[in-house]
Amino acid sequence: MGTAQNGGLPAPVPGVASALVWGAGQLMNRQVGKAAFFFAFFAALIGWEMGTGNYYAGMDFAPRSNGGFFIKGLWGLLTLGTQPRQMTVTGLTDGDNSIVLMANGLIALLTLALLAIVWVWSIRDAHAYRRRLIEGGLRETSLAYFKRVWEGAFAYIVLSPGLILIVFMSVLPVLFGILVAFTDYNRDNLPPKNLVNWVGFDNFATIFAVPSWTATFLGVLGWTFVWAIVATATTYAAGFLQAVLLANKKVKFPRVWRSVFLLPWAVPGIVSALVFRSMFNGQFGPISQWLVDVGLTDERVYWFTDPSHPNLARAVALLVNLWLGFPFFMALVGGVLTNIPDSYYEAARMDGAGPLQQLRHITFPVVHRTVAPLLILAFVSNFNNFGVIYFLTQGGPDNADYRFAGSTDLLITWLFNLTLDNRLYNIGAVMSMLIFVIVGTISVWNLNRSKAIREL
Amino acid sequence: MTTETAAPARKRRRTSPRGEKAASLFLHLELLVVAIIVIFPLMWIVGASFSPGTGLANASPIPTDATLDHYVSLFTETDYGRWYLNSLYVAVLNMVGSVVLSALCGYVFSRIRFRGRKAGLLGILILQMFPTFLTAIAVYMLFLNFGLLDSLTGLALVSIAAALPYNTWLMKGYTDNLPASLDEAAAIDGASRWTIFVKIVLPLMRPMLTFVAITQFTVPWMDFILPRLLLQSPEKQTVALGLFAMIEDVYQNAFTTFAAGAVILAVPITILYIVLQRYLVTGASAGAEKG
Repeated sequence: MGTAQNGGLPAPVPGVASALVWGAGQLMNRQVGKAAFFFAFFAALIGWEMGTGNYYAGMDFAPRSNGGFFIKGLWGLLTLGTQPRQMTVTGLTDGDNSIVLMANGLIALLTLALLAIVWVWSIRDAHAYRRRLIEGGLRETSLAYFKRVWEGAFAYIVLSPGLILIVFMSVLPVLFGILVAFTDYNRDNLPPKNLVNWVGFDNFATIFAVPSWTATFLGVLGWTFVWAIVATATTYAAGFLQAVLLANKKVKFPRVWRSVFLLPWAVPGIVSALVFRSMFNGQFGPISQWLVDVGLTDERVYWFTDPSHPNLARAVALLVNLWLGFPFFMALVGGVLTNIPDSYYEAARMDGAGPLQQLRHITFPVVHRTVAPLLILAFVSNFNNFGVIYFLTQGGPDNADYRFAGSTDLLITWLFNLTLDNRLYNIGAVMSMLIFVIVGTISVWNLNRSKAIREL
Repeated sequence: MTTETAAPARKRRRTSPRGEKAASLFLHLELLVVAIIVIFPLMWIVGASFSPGTGLANASPIPTDATLDHYVSLFTETDYGRWYLNSLYVAVLNMVGSVVLSALCGYVFSRIRFRGRKAGLLGILILQMFPTFLTAIAVYMLFLNFGLLDSLTGLALVSIAAALPYNTWLMKGYTDNLPASLDEAAAIDGASRWTIFVKIVLPLMRPMLTFVAITQFTVPWMDFILPRLLLQSPEKQTVALGLFAMIEDVYQNAFTTFAAGAVILAVPITILYIVLQRYLVTGASAGAEKG
C-alpha cells in the first residue's frame, strides 16, 4: 500500500506488454500475484501448443505435420486436410480425416475464444490499474483484488458449469452443423477414404435448383405446415370441447372422467404411437381386419403403405395425433375455466344471453387469451413432431416424386432419413438450417409479443 | 351439442325437466364415446400382452386364456431388464443434473444483474431453436473423438445440455415471481449469495423443481433420436430403442412380447403423470407465459 509512484510509464505501456506476454503489464505495475495468475494461462496456452506439436522442425515447419493442437487445429479448419489416403508400396497411408480435423479445429477455436477472454481481461487490467496509479489512486495488493473479483463474480462462477456444458454439447455441435452445410460431406465422399472440401453455397443451390430436390422440399414443407396447423387446431378444439363439457355441473363423477381422458397424455408417446402403428398395420392389424369382418371394405386397407392413397395416411396420422394431443389442452383449458368467476355468467344471463352466446362471448375469449402463447408453442412442436410420424408411418406411403421422403414425412423426419439412413450429411445440415430459420422466425415473432422479453 | 354451462341449465330445469334430462343423457353419451376411444387402444395393448400366441393377429383386448408367458420371456429371452436399467440410469442422471444446473442458472439470471446477462438469456433462447439433428451428427463426431460414444453417461450429458436452456428459462421465470424482499432482508443480515440461494430461494422453488425433475426423468424413457445415434452395442440399448427394434419387423413375430414391454414401460410413467397432473399442467403453462 502507499501512494502512487509513477515511474513515468504512460498507461498504455503495461497494457501493450500484457498483450504480448500475459501478465507482463501486471509485473510492471508490481503486482506479482496477478502477473503470475495471467502468466499461468499464457504458459498453459504455449505449453499446450508446444507439447502437442513438433517445434524442432525449424525452417521446415509446416502446420500439417508440426503444428500443435491450436495451429494444426486452425489449419485443419481452413483446409479440411490436404493429403488423401493413398495406396503406396508399403500399404495404405494415413490420409487426413477432414471431419476429425474440422471438429478439432472448432474445439481449438472455441478454447482460444475462452482464453481470449482472459487475455482481454489481463490487458484491460494492466492498463486500468496503471492509469489509476497515474491519477494518484491507492495501490491494491493482488490478494485484495482477487478477493474483490471473487465476490463480484459470483454469477459467473455459478454459471460456469452450465456454460461449459452448453458450449461443448450445444454451441460446438451447432457450429459444426452449420459448417457441414458448406461442405461436400456425404455418402459419396466419406472420410477417411476421401477428403471433404468447402463448397460454398452449392448445397443450398442443390435444394433450390435441382428440380427433384426442390419438389421434395416444397412438397414436404407444404405438408409440414398443413400438419402443424391442422394438428394444433384439432387438438385445441377437441380439448376445449371436452373441458367445457366436463365443467358442466350435470356431469357425474367429473374427476373420474377427467383422469380417463388424461390417459393419452400420461402414457409415454412412443408407446402410444407404436401401439397405433400395430393397430393400423395393413396386413395383420385389427382395424383393417374389423373393417373386412363388418363388411365395410372388401379387402384389407393398407393405411400407411398404399401409395395411391397418401391422404388416407395423412388423415389417420392427424386422427392419431388428435388422440394423443387433446388431453393436454383439455387439462389446460379446464384450469382456466375454474378461474372464470361465476358473476360473468350471471351478468350475461341478466342481459338475456343464451348458453351459446355465453360460450362465444365469455368462455372463448377468456380461455383464448391465456392459451394463445401455448398455441404457438404447440404449433412449433407439431412442426417438429418427430415421434408421431416416425413411429406411426415412418413417412410412408412411398412417394415416387420425392427424394428419400414419403407422403407423410415432415421436414424433421425427412431430415432423419437424409442424415441417418442415407448419410447425406451436407443436405441434412442445409435442411436443419432452413428449419431453424422457419421455427426461429415464428418463435421470435411470438416472443416479441410476450412480456418476458420486454422485461428482460 | 350440449355446451351450456351449469348456470343456464339450472334455469332450464324449471322450464323443461324433460329437455334437461335429454341434455344430461347426451352429455354422458358423448363422454362415454370419447372414453371408449381413449381406452380401447390401451386396453388392446394390455390385452395383447396377456394373449397367447406371438403375432399381431393373436392380440385381442380381452384374451380368453390369459397368460403371463410374455412377461417371463421378456426378461428371460430378451435384454429388457438390461435396457430398463440403462434407461433408469440415464433418467436419474438427467434428472439430477438438470435440476441442479437449471436451478443454479435460473437463480443467477433472475436475481443477479451482471454483464452479459441479457446476451446470455437471448443466446440460450436462440440455441434452443436449433433442431436436434443439426447437433446430433456433430455430437456423434465429437463423441467419436473423445471416446464418449456408446456411453450412457455421455448420453445423459447431451440430454442435460439440450434441455438446459428451456429449463433455465422456466426456473428464471419462476424465481422472478418470488418476492425479492426475502433475499434483501437476508442480505442485510449478512447472508452470502450462496446461503440466500440454498436457505431461502431453493425451498420456494420447489414446485418448479418438481416439474423439471419429473419431465427430465421421463424424457430418456421416450427419447429415440439421440440414443439411436450415440448408443451402439447391444448391452447399451435403452427401452425405447429395444421396443422399436422389436416392433420394426412384424414378421419377427414378437408382437405380444413387445406389448408386455410397452406395458411395463408405460405403467409407472402413466401413474406418475396422473398423480402429479396438477404440477405438470401448471408447469407447462408457466413455461409458455415466461418464454
